[in-house]
Amino acid sequence: MRYVLRRLGFFVVTLWSCLTINFVLPRLMPGNPAIAMMARFRGRVNGQVLHALEIAFGVNTRQSEIAQYFGYLGNTLTGHLGVSLTFFPNTVLQVVRSAILWTVVLVGVTTIIGFVLGTLIGMISGWRRGSKLDSILPPVFVVTSAFPYFFVALLLLLAFSITLGWTPLGFGYSNTDTIGWTWHFVGDVLDHAILPACTILVTSIGGWILTMRNNMITTLAEDYVRMARAKGLSPARIMVDYAGRNAILPNLTGFAMSLGFVVSGAILVEYVFSYPGLGYMLLEAVQNEDFALMQTLFLLITIAVLVAILVVDFVTLVLDPRTRSEK
Amino acid sequence: MGTVTLRPPPARVQEAVARLRAGTVGNLARALAGNRKALVGSAMLAFFAFCALFPGVLAADDPNAEIYARGAAPSAAHLLGTTSYGQDVFSQLIWGTRQSLVIAVVVGGLATVLSVAIGVTAAYLGGIADDVLSLFTDVFLVIPAFPLIVVIAAYSKNGGDTILIAVLVATGWSYGARQLRSQALSLRSRDFLVAAKLRGERRWRIVVFEILPTMTSLIVANFLGAALYAVLAAAGLQFIGLGNPSSMSWGTMLYWAENNEALQAGMPLWAVMPGVAIAMLGGAFSLLNFAFDEIGNPALRPVRRARGRRHP
Repeated sequence: MRYVLRRLGFFVVTLWSCLTINFVLPRLMPGNPAIAMMARFRGRVNGQVLHALEIAFGVNTRQSEIAQYFGYLGNTLTGHLGVSLTFFPNTVLQVVRSAILWTVVLVGVTTIIGFVLGTLIGMISGWRRGSKLDSILPPVFVVTSAFPYFFVALLLLLAFSITLGWTPLGFGYSNTDTIGWTWHFVGDVLDHAILPACTILVTSIGGWILTMRNNMITTLAEDYVRMARAKGLSPARIMVDYAGRNAILPNLTGFAMSLGFVVSGAILVEYVFSYPGLGYMLLEAVQNEDFALMQTLFLLITIAVLVAILVVDFVTLVLDPRTRSEK
Repeated sequence: MGTVTLRPPPARVQEAVARLRAGTVGNLARALAGNRKALVGSAMLAFFAFCALFPGVLAADDPNAEIYARGAAPSAAHLLGTTSYGQDVFSQLIWGTRQSLVIAVVVGGLATVLSVAIGVTAAYLGGIADDVLSLFTDVFLVIPAFPLIVVIAAYSKNGGDTILIAVLVATGWSYGARQLRSQALSLRSRDFLVAAKLRGERRWRIVVFEILPTMTSLIVANFLGAALYAVLAAAGLQFIGLGNPSSMSWGTMLYWAENNEALQAGMPLWAVMPGVAIAMLGGAFSLLNFAFDEIGNPALRPVRRARGRRHP
């Protein structure tokens, strides 16, 4: 129970830090950059919306900083995130809603596949140290994980879309399609998702492989593994149930901690493929100096990572008895 | 030749050299020389350092001069062709090394100093100070760095390289701090630290002269990790146009290549080569890091003879 409370506490603290960063940043910069944005809004939106934006960015307001801060926190927590300059009459919330599913599906699914696959490869190559698999896969993927995400994306784009013409050049689906749960549309979406997904896989899998392999090697030296061997258990059972099960715990924590990196890379991948997710939209907002949208996207991306971490925490709770017995 | 007699150096120097050889620094150097991954990584890094220091030796053309044929294919005069502005791609590539390497080394160094300061302090102080510092570290670790960098860069448009470096340091130290903290934590109850405390050594002396030397390989690994992060993040930022678009660096090259649709327009090398360079530099850091992992943790070194014993 204490473990759960601590993790929830961490969630709240991080979320609060993020909100505070959003509030402080525009005020820190010389010559508040939001002023130019506000000027473009004047006369286009009604007073109430304008006022909320003024509070959020500290423009034209006589309120004290502290009052602004609480006003901003209140507005954000109640979902009053302002209007988007880029997609004008739409509120930030509406804009974001259209993008979030794309990112969750693409990045979420790929990250999970990458983690499972990487852990498996790491487990096997740690188990069979010095084998062909072990001397090829981990070093290769460690090197590919040093590749910039956008570079891998560009290479794949060059090879499969431009040269071979097998896959579309970008975006989430074809313009000619109608959105819906038809086989045709789903197939089209998969067609568009395959290159971005491969990019994320190639660049993120190395980390999971390496940590899992190294944990595995450490675990294999433990006495309980030797005992399992002495009992004459089948190698597969020792590998999975004895060594693997224990080696995966640090890897799981590492997974939670490095999600931020994966999401960071995914933004660039979305940019290269013009994939209509949160990352692409974030860069769009930056280019248009649409700070309200930008802040919200930053917040949302952080929340997505935090929720994923919370899920991993609960999985750890199930897998690792030590977290449960902690009094 | 035979008339020159070498006098042995004074005893004090001999002693110091022996200590150095036996000490962590000597061990590290020897371990590096014996590790193939480390050798390859160092060689690559040395090559990039040469390009950064003496770009003129390898590329005589002015990287900014827009004087050649536009969008030319590779030829003897232009090894990698030219850009759609008529600049020499090869020259840009070589001259761009400097900025990428400087950012990597500066950010790597500063971030490492910060992670050592916070990580080791947290572990050494313990108690509430540790709780607070650890929480601080974890929060920074979890907030996705790249979106944060993008947000900061958007507010401080054209803020220059100083802001870029500051932001990369601010977002790049936390992973190392966490690792160093747990390593320092495991050292805390060791006998040699207890002995130093009993001798009445001052706290900072214990940290600097007793704790840090035992963590050399982890600190170096952290430097490499942070440098790798800096290379990738800086390139990514410049690629999406949030860097200084007139600077000479690989990320900026990619930005202009992407803006001119170099891939579709038949100048693939303009877009591909800076990426290759970034990947190679990143790969060099990554290989060295892999090697340091093996040096720092003997259990991970490649098995040669011991295998037969392990699997009876």
